Parts: sequence; structure tokens; C-alpha cells
Amino acid sequence: MHHVRNSVLASILCLAGAASAQVPPNSAPPVAAPATGQTAAAPDAQSDELVVDVVGGISAPLGIAIPTMPAAAVTETAAGRTDELGRQLSQIVTNDLKGSGLFNPANAQSLKPVEFGEVTAPVFDYWANARVSALVQGFVRGNSDGTLTVGCYLYDVFSRAELARQGFVVKPSDWRRAGHKCADMVYAKLTGEGPYFDSRMVYVSETGPKGKRIKRLAIMDQDGANHRFLTNGQSIVLTPRFAPNQQTIVYMSYLNERPAIYVYDIGSGGQRLLVNNPSLTFAPRVSPDGKWVLFSMAVAGNTDLYRVPISGGSPQRLTESPGIDTSGSYSPDGRRIVFESDRSGGQQLYTMNADGTNQQRISFGGGRYATPSWSPRGDLIAFTKIAGNFRIGIMSPTGGNEKLLTNDWQDEGPSWSPNGRVLTFYRQGQGGGGKADLWSVDLTGVNERKIPTPLDGSDPAWGPLRP
Amino acid sequence: MAKLTTTLMVASALLATAACTKKRPAVLPPAPGETATGPTTTTDTVTPGSRADFERSVTSNTINFALDQYDIDPRAREILDSQSQWLARYPNVAITLEGHADERGTREYNLALGDRRANAAKNYLAARGVNPARISTISYGKERPIALGSDEASWAQNRRAVTIVMN
Repeated sequence: MHHVRNSVLASILCLAGAASAQVPPNSAPPVAAPATGQTAAAPDAQSDELVVDVVGGISAPLGIAIPTMPAAAVTETAAGRTDELGRQLSQIVTNDLKGSGLFNPANAQSLKPVEFGEVTAPVFDYWANARVSALVQGFVRGNSDGTLTVGCYLYDVFSRAELARQGFVVKPSDWRRAGHKCADMVYAKLTGEGPYFDSRMVYVSETGPKGKRIKRLAIMDQDGANHRFLTNGQSIVLTPRFAPNQQTIVYMSYLNERPAIYVYDIGSGGQRLLVNNPSLTFAPRVSPDGKWVLFSMAVAGNTDLYRVPISGGSPQRLTESPGIDTSGSYSPDGRRIVFESDRSGGQQLYTMNADGTNQQRISFGGGRYATPSWSPRGDLIAFTKIAGNFRIGIMSPTGGNEKLLTNDWQDEGPSWSPNGRVLTFYRQGQGGGGKADLWSVDLTGVNERKIPTPLDGSDPAWGPLRP
Repeated sequence: MAKLTTTLMVASALLATAACTKKRPAVLPPAPGETATGPTTTTDTVTPGSRADFERSVTSNTINFALDQYDIDPRAREILDSQSQWLARYPNVAITLEGHADERGTREYNLALGDRRANAAKNYLAARGVNPARISTISYGKERPIALGSDEASWAQNRRAVTIVMN
């Protein structure tokens, strides 16, 4: 319920290292908050009295109410009727916050309807009796130019104070993003973490028998909405990743029985071969500045890391070991790379500078370490650890503080949420009927949950926060 | 390269096929009663130097590997030796070596491991006199298992390099 958590707040900062310094700047909404003609109470200076415990297990998710957002006026918009949108928006916020594992939203059906005038002047007596600590109210308005305005207000029920407000003006096709931005505002304010709900994932949708899987690239909002297929399944496709500008995806395809990396433009649906070389190219990742593609190339049986400008050209070789060097991932400042290599006899993790110099091994545990992914906060590296089964784990960039987060038969391929707080990965089932599905887990190891997809799925890559 | 078998039935079937395009075949088959020259006078339809011929002639088109390994063990040597002998008889035939891995490895590493295996087989064949220019390689990582169970026996079958004759 209501926590006084100053000491826990301090330990949050310690656990996350320099996390708060590296939280991506909270993106401004497209347009400033609308005037509603009413002045709300000033934000509570002691808002850290209402804090969500993000450390060490979710013993008490914060009670929160997100009633249906009333419409300024019930009108038709290109996205639908404003009152229906208000219902759905509160559901989007509810699902995002509940899905984080840190909040316990009250059932919207059981809450009293909120009038438009109450949005900036909540009936706190009612909410206090509803036994929630926080309240999210908002409204929807259709604008004459066809856009929608969504207002989002966060209140501390106990102190009866407004904690935050933001307004979003969106195109009708983007209406769900207003809900995610509202959830992000609430989440960031109450947890101190960076936002992550307004983001997308790209992944490989799977169907068909195990010996001949049909794999298609697919993209969706992180809550599973707006799902669409990007390729038609005629060629095996693997390991897609977003470029930082989110306009482009790099991935590997067996198009024309020639497995290679392609650069795919999301807007046009067109793509081009990245490297024109008969050798196998795979495991692509785009650098944080968007300029390079880091990848692996297998030449006459030996795989090393290379990089090439995203526009194409001659690959620059970064590693030269006789082992298999693959699965490179950039640090968020683009200056370092973590990768896996079996040069010591089995797969282990190494870091190096982005130009290939100063290669150092960082993992030394029993078993094998693979598929490293550097957190966008810079503080952690996620990986797959193989020691009997395949488990998702995290460690510091120098290799210490290893922690395993999952424990199933075959969990593989972690990818970070934009705020460095949640990992998505895929879980493979055993046997001929075994299927792969997308899952996510909090970096403290709790709130492991399946991500709903229309078919099965693998190779998820979580995109950046949308601006 | 491949010589046509010359039974009357096959010849007229071929003529019929050619007739679909409404053109005279470029080379007429011999008239009935003549015998064709060439190493085979079988009455089945497997063409010498073809993929089907390869697969029934050699010990196996597949070699297997130990977990995470890509060395050519004695059994694999026998198989590849038999392949290289056939390949020596048909010097114009091109082949693709597919490298595969079992599901108990991560995806990208397995692509690299499949490539290692395909190249290990290629290098062995080259050492046995097969011109490497005839040999292309492709890795399928763990994407195309032939045994679908999650057990040692299935995984052992999936760790393989397969020689495919390009027709």
C-alpha cells in the first residue's frame, strides 16, 4: 500500500548502479498538456512517500485505480467513438501497469464512472475507500483536424495531491500510443525507472512442423497489439533487430538459399542485401549511432565479428580468433562490444572496443555463455547460460554479480526493454511437438510471463522507446 | 554428362515431353534396335551422375558429429571416401555440403557450427582429390532437424553434414 521508502530508494539507486544517470530522457509528448480550465492541486513535494518497491520481489504491488477516461464530448473519430476510446485507453494503461508486475490495478468495471469535470478534481473520498494508493484519470477529445487529445493525470490518493500530468495529441492511427505514454508517465513517476510501454518488438513468428518451421518476420506493440507480418514465410528468417531510428530492421534470411543479412525498410517494405559476399553473414546488430552494422561472417569454416557501414561497403574485421566469435552487442554509448567466443574451448563472453581492440574475457563460470545483450542502461549484460538447461541471466559488464533469472528447459536470446528493466526471450518446448514462445521477465527474476502472439515465436528484439 | 537410357518406352516418353513444347528435340534418340554406348545399360530411370545415382551409390550422403565438434571421425572418413570416389567418376558434378547442428545450442553459434561442419567435410573431400571449386557450403544451424525428438538419439542424428548433388 503506502510506503515510506527512503532507504529502499537508496538501495534502488545502488542496485541499478548509474542507472538513474543513464535512464533515457523522458520523451516529451507531441504537444504540451492541454488547459482544462481548472487548476489542479500542486504536485506533492513529498511524492517519494508513494514509491513502488522495485527491488527484490514483488511482495506488494501498488494498488492503483485507472477508471475509464471520459470523453470531453462523445464524438466519432477516425479511431472510433471517444467514449469507447476512453474505455480502451484505461484498459491499455491497466494492462501495461499490471504487466510490469509492480502494480495491482483495481477492476475498472467495479469503479464508479468518472465525469469529465472530476478528471482534474478527483473525488478523493471515494478513491480512499476504494483502497488504492494511486489514481489515474484522463480524458479523450476529438480535435477538428482529426487528431485526438488524451489527457493523463496521476494522483496520490492518500495525500490527495496531483503527482503528474501530461497531454498527448496523436493521429487516429496512433491512438493506442497515447495510452502507453500515459502508462509510462505513471510508471516512471512512481517507480523512478525509465519508461518502456510505448515501444514495439520485432520477432520471428513460427508455425508448422518442427523439421520444417515456417518463419516470418513480425512486428507488434510490446503489448501485442498492431501485430503485422513483414515477410511471407517462403524463406527462413532469423534474428531481426531494430536500428535506433526504428525505420529499419536488420535480419538474416535464407532468401534464394543464400543465407545473408538484409536491411529492411519498415515504411516501404523494401530490403537490400547488406554485404555482397559469398560467405555466410548473420547475427546483425546496428550501432547506437545508427551508422554501423556489427555482424558475424563465416569464412571457410571460421566465424569472426565484422562491422560495415549500414549503407553497405567493405566489412572491417574486428576479431581474428580461430574460434567461433559471434553474437556481438554494443554498449549504449557505442564504444564497447560484448560478444561470445569459443576460443577458450567453449562459449564464453568477451568485451572489446568497438574497433576490435582490447578483447577481454568476462565470464568464467561453469557451462557456456552465449547471446549477450548489453542493457540500454549500460549497467548489465544479459545472456543465455547453458549448463544442462538454457537459462536467461545477467551480469555486470566486467563479469561479476552473475544472476540467473529463469529456470526452464531451453530459454534463449534475451533482449532488453528500452528502460533496461525487463527482458524478453523465447522459451522452447521439448520433443517433436515442442514449440517456441515469447516470454518476458523482470531483471530481479520475478514476473515471468508469456507474451501473447498469434502463432508461436522466437528471436524477439525489443525496440527503443518511441519518441 | 548424363546419357539418356535408350529403352523404347523412355525414348517415346521423352519425345512426348519434348512434344509438349511443340519442337523437334535437338538430338534424336537412336532408332529402335540400336544400342547406345555408355557405361550403363540398366533399364531403370536413374541417370548416372545424378543425385539419385549418388545416393544409391555411396555409403551415405550424411556424416555425423559429436556434440559441439566438427572433426571427421573414422566412420565419417569411410563415408566421405566413398563419396569422393563417386565424385571422381563424375568430375563435372557440383555438390553442396549442408552443415547442421542439434537444438541444444544457441541459434547464432549453431549457424557458425554448421558452417564449420560443412567446411570440415569440404576440406576432407578436397584432400581426397575433389576439386573444391565444385563444392559450395551452406549452414542451416539448428533450423532443419531431421530427427524431432529432444533426446540424445535425435540430437546425434541432427549433428550432420549432408552432401547434396546439384542436378
